Amino acid sequence: MSQINRIDGGLIDQEKVLNFTFNGQILKGYEGDTLASALLANNKHLIGRSFKYHRPRGIVTAGSEEPNAIMEIGNGAYKDPNTRATVTQLYNGLEANSQNHRGPLSFDFMAITDFLSPLLGAGFYYKTFMWPKSFWEKFYEPAIRKSAGLGTLSTEADPDTYDKGFRHCDILIIGSGATGLSAALTAAESGAKIILADEDFLMGGRLNSETNKIDGIAGSEWAKKTVAKLGAMENVTLMSDTTIFGAYDHGIYGAIENRASEARKDNDKPRQVNWRIYTKRAILCAGATERLIAFGNNDRPGIMLASAVRTYLNRFAVATGQRISVYTNNDDGWKTAKDLNAKGFRVAAVIDSRSISPVMRVPGAEICMGTDVVDTKGRRALKSIQLSNGKSIDTDTLAVSGGWNPNLHFTCHHRGVPKWNEEIASFVPDSSPPVGMSVAGRAKGTMVLADAIIEGHNQGSSVAADLGYKTSESKPASTPVVSYNISANWGIPSGKNRAWVDFQNDVTVKDIKLANQEGFKSVEHVKRYTTLGMATDQGKTANVLAIGIMAENMGQTMEDTGTTIFRPPYVPVAIGAFAGRRRGMEFYPTRYTPSHNWSTEQNAIFVEVGMWYRSQWFPLPGETHWRQSVDREVRQTRSSVGICDVTTLGKIDIKGEDVSEFLNKVYANAFAKVPVGKTRYGLMLREDGIVMDDGTTARMSENHFVMTTTTANAVNVYRHLQFCHQCLWPDLDVHMISVTEQYAQYAVAGPNSRKLLEKIVDPDCDISNEAFPYMAAGEITVCGGTAARLFRISFSGELAYEIAIPTRYGDSLMRVLMEAGEEFNVIPYGTEALGVMRIEKGHAAGPELNGQTSAYDLGMGGMISGKKDFIGYTLGLREELQRDDRLQMVGFKPVNPSDLLLACSHLLGLRDKATTENDQGWISSCIYSPILGHYLGIGFIKGGHNRKGENVRAVDLVRGNDVEVEICSPHFVDPEGERLRV
Amino acid sequence: MIINHPLLGPRDSEEFVYLGSTDLIDRPTNWEKSAAAEDFYQYQYIRENIAGDIQELWYHEQGDQSWLIVTRNTLTHEIKNVEFAQDFSRAKGRGK
Repeated sequence: MSQINRIDGGLIDQEKVLNFTFNGQILKGYEGDTLASALLANNKHLIGRSFKYHRPRGIVTAGSEEPNAIMEIGNGAYKDPNTRATVTQLYNGLEANSQNHRGPLSFDFMAITDFLSPLLGAGFYYKTFMWPKSFWEKFYEPAIRKSAGLGTLSTEADPDTYDKGFRHCDILIIGSGATGLSAALTAAESGAKIILADEDFLMGGRLNSETNKIDGIAGSEWAKKTVAKLGAMENVTLMSDTTIFGAYDHGIYGAIENRASEARKDNDKPRQVNWRIYTKRAILCAGATERLIAFGNNDRPGIMLASAVRTYLNRFAVATGQRISVYTNNDDGWKTAKDLNAKGFRVAAVIDSRSISPVMRVPGAEICMGTDVVDTKGRRALKSIQLSNGKSIDTDTLAVSGGWNPNLHFTCHHRGVPKWNEEIASFVPDSSPPVGMSVAGRAKGTMVLADAIIEGHNQGSSVAADLGYKTSESKPASTPVVSYNISANWGIPSGKNRAWVDFQNDVTVKDIKLANQEGFKSVEHVKRYTTLGMATDQGKTANVLAIGIMAENMGQTMEDTGTTIFRPPYVPVAIGAFAGRRRGMEFYPTRYTPSHNWSTEQNAIFVEVGMWYRSQWFPLPGETHWRQSVDREVRQTRSSVGICDVTTLGKIDIKGEDVSEFLNKVYANAFAKVPVGKTRYGLMLREDGIVMDDGTTARMSENHFVMTTTTANAVNVYRHLQFCHQCLWPDLDVHMISVTEQYAQYAVAGPNSRKLLEKIVDPDCDISNEAFPYMAAGEITVCGGTAARLFRISFSGELAYEIAIPTRYGDSLMRVLMEAGEEFNVIPYGTEALGVMRIEKGHAAGPELNGQTSAYDLGMGGMISGKKDFIGYTLGLREELQRDDRLQMVGFKPVNPSDLLLACSHLLGLRDKATTENDQGWISSCIYSPILGHYLGIGFIKGGHNRKGENVRAVDLVRGNDVEVEICSPHFVDPEGERLRV
Repeated sequence: MIINHPLLGPRDSEEFVYLGSTDLIDRPTNWEKSAAAEDFYQYQYIRENIAGDIQELWYHEQGDQSWLIVTRNTLTHEIKNVEFAQDFSRAKGRGK
């Protein structure tokens, strides 16, 4: 029969039927249901198995504190494990599956662990799986992993979309219950910009679950009207189904907005939005969470929080049972009996642990004052309860209230420590919540609704006044005063019956006792030893109860026992929500060079270099292996001419009267006297003497320089230069700006490079060897008047130029160069050929400038100027950085020219075993040289500069390569540099 | 965190890059003297670990590219003052 527990009324739309499935069974619910309320309407009490003992478990709460009803929602890649059914809004087609059992839910094979429980107490894993050591990885861990854990992952990429959003307000009000709505009203009436956020999809907080009257109408009706009123105000933003999860510095709050039901209809819509809310002030009106009482077998399906029973009854029109009993230690629990009576349900019994007169008349119910529940029966559903007075009562739902804990979590996010309040038998916020946050209502420990409303009303007004807004004249809403009296009850000794404290982690009273006996006295230690208060519910129903039990165990007060504090997030937040749209190709921006479209037309293979896409090689028809393309590109460049897009190198334009002096301070080699029209290689050190970057810098005019950096360090170098200028030498007349993206730059390399360029450079620009020699730099025009810059520099070792042109002409220039070069059989070359030629030439690059190498290590010690102060000079002189036995950069070539040499090979003596102790260095860069016809590498070996001619072994154990190599100069091709100067 | 930029107003700390203590401004100038090695060692490596107000360098990389001196309390993250490093450096006597 469908929805047998459903009654009339409620804040749901009983006209709108929604279909969903639970463990494959098709069920019906209504618009406005949560998954939990719909399951209960269908009399589904057994909804999962516990974490450790695989005990049958049911829904306990009606909110985000739920420890048991965590489920897998959706299937395939959409599967979302550990979703709390109590806060999942029901939608048509929702698929839910229970988790944490093998075999059917009703007969879990792992339930055997429940009978083994005497062996599985606190610290069981720590004590048991220690020996033998080797068993951990092979046996224990896989076995434990298989049997433990909450839910399973789809192991597929998450196909849902997530988004991020940013909002600003004067006052953020967290929680839209009676207190939050009252605060929002006065704050909004003052004119302040308000955001009101609530984790529930229906605003109103407990008012939707209770029967209190406010201003003479039903509380839920008052909430609805107030929300509508606020929603109509321009200065108010309502964010329902949005959970604040963290209070961060300077009034920034993180919030997660759930849009699952919307996303189901349209896959492009985000499933969740991660909001960052910037606030001047925040008022925490998060209410309170009810807690349980520890008694024997208190975890059976059907044992719920008393407040949850009311929520299901009043808001969702679901009676959780036919014979409901109440067990309480406070007045509030009695409301459940009253509400059940009002709906026509007979209450089986009301058990109150306090020896006082009954709080109210409950017709037909057995009233047991000064009595406790000591045990329960019914494995898959509650059947009866046993009382301390010896009676047994048949009941199918037990509504338990152990009192209310203020939801003070955010007051702890900046290390505020809650303090104990005896009157309400719970912890309340301390006096130092995060800056800008105030607390009102039950979150503050103000348990009487009438008082909470006044508190919210006044705070909304006073906080707005603090910010300079006028004070609202309106009066607070009125409601009858209903007192809240409580006498702490952490449960009585339950004998051999286990009494649960933390349902989600299967922590019992006995576990806490054992932990205390074994010397874990601090709450923080007990938490970690027993796993109490961990996982998705973070002990929202368990923590205070556990502290009460600890206090009793150790015979000390609650104040002395203290409490753990809370940190973000308040509820679980999907990692996808933190990533937002920054996934896959959107992880970071993609940068394309100006020749990208042209390269794509040439079928270039691209490689990601930082954020840039660079052409790696350009395969021609018939070339089936990358080496064929790369070898051809190298040969063609070295024999005629090739073009490479080097736009990605960092370019910094520097102007001012003191630039040469400035460069002299930031480069290790001399820069004070670079002539106009010349380029100079520059070596930049960190202050500790390690090489930071290198590049070329050209003096375009007296007070104008253009610096290049490596692609990888473009940002860092620019930042460093700004630091040097603004912080170290603020009065130097230096102005700089990054122009990496403003100029396209191409290397034109090879013996025919000048001939090619002469075809496009305008006739009045003389680029002959005499007029424009090696290392010349100048402003030129090309193609009939387009301004460009030309540098005669070479990374390949050939006669070469780099030509820079405003980015908008970059694509065009590439096409012009290729057309002009046709008669020379010009080819484009990619980063692989670029790498081959730089290694043939012995230029250090990224693998060599690895943050560990000094100028001396790289063989550039001779460049270091001793006549000036520069960044890295003094600390670079340290003996350790100049020792002869340091790892020094040299070249390596295989003794047998046909041998394969691999980068990352380690260098060993000829007869040494391949051990760490014998390791002498490594090959950092390695290529096959089509010019020389064999592999060659550059790398680092101890004392390398003085070992040229010696043979060692290059060993790669991973790829099984072990070859004899000769230590040599890293300059393999044209070591004298003659080709550069022709 | 929010850094109140002297010109651009309150900006999210995401726009900034952090460097470290303003001690880095006090780069020794005695490179030719025998004490240079010790002074540069102190400058480069030795820092106080203060529980309380510290002055530190932040760079507004996603903004106007100014280096800023931020006075921040390491216990509370309260930011008490923000000023331009260039002014701060000049006030400390640095010039060319």
